Amino acid sequence: MNEVVFFINKGVTAGLIIGSIYALGAIGVTMIFGILRFAHFAHGDMMTLGAFMTLILTAALASLGIVWPVPLAFIAMFPAMAITAFLAIGIDRAFYRPLRMAGARPVVIVMASVGVTLMLQGLIRLFAGVRGRDMFLEAPKEIFRIPFPGASRPVIITEPQVLLIAFTIVAVVALHWFLTRSRLGKAMRAVSDNPELAQITGINTNHVVWATWIIGGALACAAGTLLSMDVTLKPDLSFNILLPIFAATIVGGIGQPYGAIAGGFLVGFCETLAVFNWSILLRPIQHHLWFELPASMALVPTQYKLMVPFLILIIVLIYRPTGIFKGRVLA
Amino acid sequence: MSLLEIQDLHAGYGVMSILNGVNLTMEAARIGVIVGPNGAGKSTMLKAIFGMLNITEGFIRFDGKDITGINSEQLAKHRIAFVPQEHNVFPTLSVHENLEMGAYIRRDDFSRVMDHVYEIFPPLKDKRKQPAGELSGGQRQMVAFGRALMIEPKLILLDEPTAGLSPMFMSQIFDRVIAINQTGVTVVMVEQNAKQALAIAHKGFVLAGGRNSYTDTGQNLLNNPEVAASFLGG
Repeated sequence: MNEVVFFINKGVTAGLIIGSIYALGAIGVTMIFGILRFAHFAHGDMMTLGAFMTLILTAALASLGIVWPVPLAFIAMFPAMAITAFLAIGIDRAFYRPLRMAGARPVVIVMASVGVTLMLQGLIRLFAGVRGRDMFLEAPKEIFRIPFPGASRPVIITEPQVLLIAFTIVAVVALHWFLTRSRLGKAMRAVSDNPELAQITGINTNHVVWATWIIGGALACAAGTLLSMDVTLKPDLSFNILLPIFAATIVGGIGQPYGAIAGGFLVGFCETLAVFNWSILLRPIQHHLWFELPASMALVPTQYKLMVPFLILIIVLIYRPTGIFKGRVLA
Repeated sequence: MSLLEIQDLHAGYGVMSILNGVNLTMEAARIGVIVGPNGAGKSTMLKAIFGMLNITEGFIRFDGKDITGINSEQLAKHRIAFVPQEHNVFPTLSVHENLEMGAYIRRDDFSRVMDHVYEIFPPLKDKRKQPAGELSGGQRQMVAFGRALMIEPKLILLDEPTAGLSPMFMSQIFDRVIAINQTGVTVVMVEQNAKQALAIAHKGFVLAGGRNSYTDTGQNLLNNPEVAASFLGG
C-alpha cells in the first residue's frame, strides 16, 4: 500500500496544489480577456506583488506579537487581496485605460502589459531584493501526517496546502454565485458576451471593468501568497507559472471562468503526472510485466516540466481551438 | 408637441459623412418607419440618435430636452431603447438573464414588466432558462425586443427587426410592434420590407443620400407613384 500513498502524495496532492494555483490565476486572466479583450501578461507579477503585500502585512502582525491558530500569512492575505485589487485598478487606470480610450488595438495593450511585467519585476527586486523568503514568520509550517490503512508510510499534507485547497473551493463557489446570481456578475457575463449591446442596454462598463480587476487582482494575490506559503516567496515566482496559466486559460476556453478552473486542474494534473515516477507504482506488479522496470520512469524528466502545458496547448489549438468550454478563438 | 425632434442632422463615421442634414419629427405614441435604398443612411440615423457615432451638425431633442450625443446609459434613463439589427442578444445568458440585463438601470422591482414581456412573447416563457444563443432567429428577435421593453421605454428604435425572418415571423413581429405602440410607446423603425412596414406606419420617411426625400403618412407614401417607382420596387 505504500505505493498508493506515494501516488497520493506525489501525484494527487501535488496535482491539486499546482492545479489550484493555475486555476486561481487563470480565472483572472480569462476574465480580463473576456471583458477587456487582451492577454494580461503582467498577471504573474501581480501574484508576486500580492504575495509581497501579504509578507509585509504578516511581518507587521508578527511584530505586534499576534498569535493565531492559522498561519499569520493566511490572515494577512485577506487585506493584501484588497490592496492588490486596488493596485490592479490603479495599474489599469495608469497604463491600460488610456490606451483603451485612445482606441489602441489589443496587441498594443498586450505589449503594455509586458511593460508592466518588467516594471513590477524591477520594482519588487528593488524593494525586496532577489533572495527567497519564508512566509512563515512566527512558527514553522505544520505538516499533517495521516496514517493510511495497510501502509507504513503516512499521507502527508502541509498546512498551506490544506488552506490552498479550501480557499480554492470557497473562491470557486463564491465566483459561481457572483456570476450567476448577482446583478454585477451577470452584467460582467453580458459585457463578455457582447460589449456593444451591453453599452446600448445601459450597463455601466466602468463598474464591470473595476469588478474584473478586483476579482483578478484579489485572486492573483491569493494564488501568489498560497504558492509562496507552500514553497518560498521569490521575486521570480510568477515567471515560471505565467505560461502554464495562459495554457490553462486557452485550454479551458478563453473568456470562460469555469473553463479556466477546469483548464487549471487539467494542466496541473498533466504536469504532475508527467513527471511522476511511475515505476514505484508498477513495482508490485513487476513480475507480470514484460519489461524490466527502471529505477525511475517518468514520462518527462522534471527539468522539462514546463514543456507539458505547451504540449497540451498545441494539441488543444490544433484539435479544439475554442478550448474545453467553447471560448473565443484567438484571432 | 413632438416627442422626438431631429433637425438638420449631419453625422458619420470618422471623416466619412453619411447623414447630410436629415430632419425627423415624431409625435408621441406613433409608429414611424424609415425606408430607402441601401446606403441611404437609415441605420446610421438610428445609431446617431443613440449616440453611437459622431454628430457634426444639427440636434436631437427628446421630450423637449437636448439629447444630442449623450451616452447610452443616460438615454436608457430617458427611457429610449434601441434594438440593433444583428448581435442583439447576449448569447450565453439565459433568456431571463437577457431580460434582466434590459432592466440593468432600474433599481425598482421590475417583475411586473418581466411578466408583461412574457405575456407579449409567450414562446420566451417556456425558454426562459435556455441560453439566448440557442434560440431561432425569430425567437432571438423576441428576446431583443423584450430586452428593450424592460425599461418601459417611451421611444423604441428598431433597426430592421424583420431582417432574415420568414414571412410568418415577419408578420408576427409587425403585430407585436402595433401591440406595443398601442400601449403608448413611440416606435421608430428602419425596414427593408418597405411596403409591409409603411402599411402599419403613421408616418413614413424616405431617405436617400443621407437626406429626406419624402415625408408623409405611411399610407400616402404607399400611394405616391413616384415613391413607389423609385423606392418600393414599382
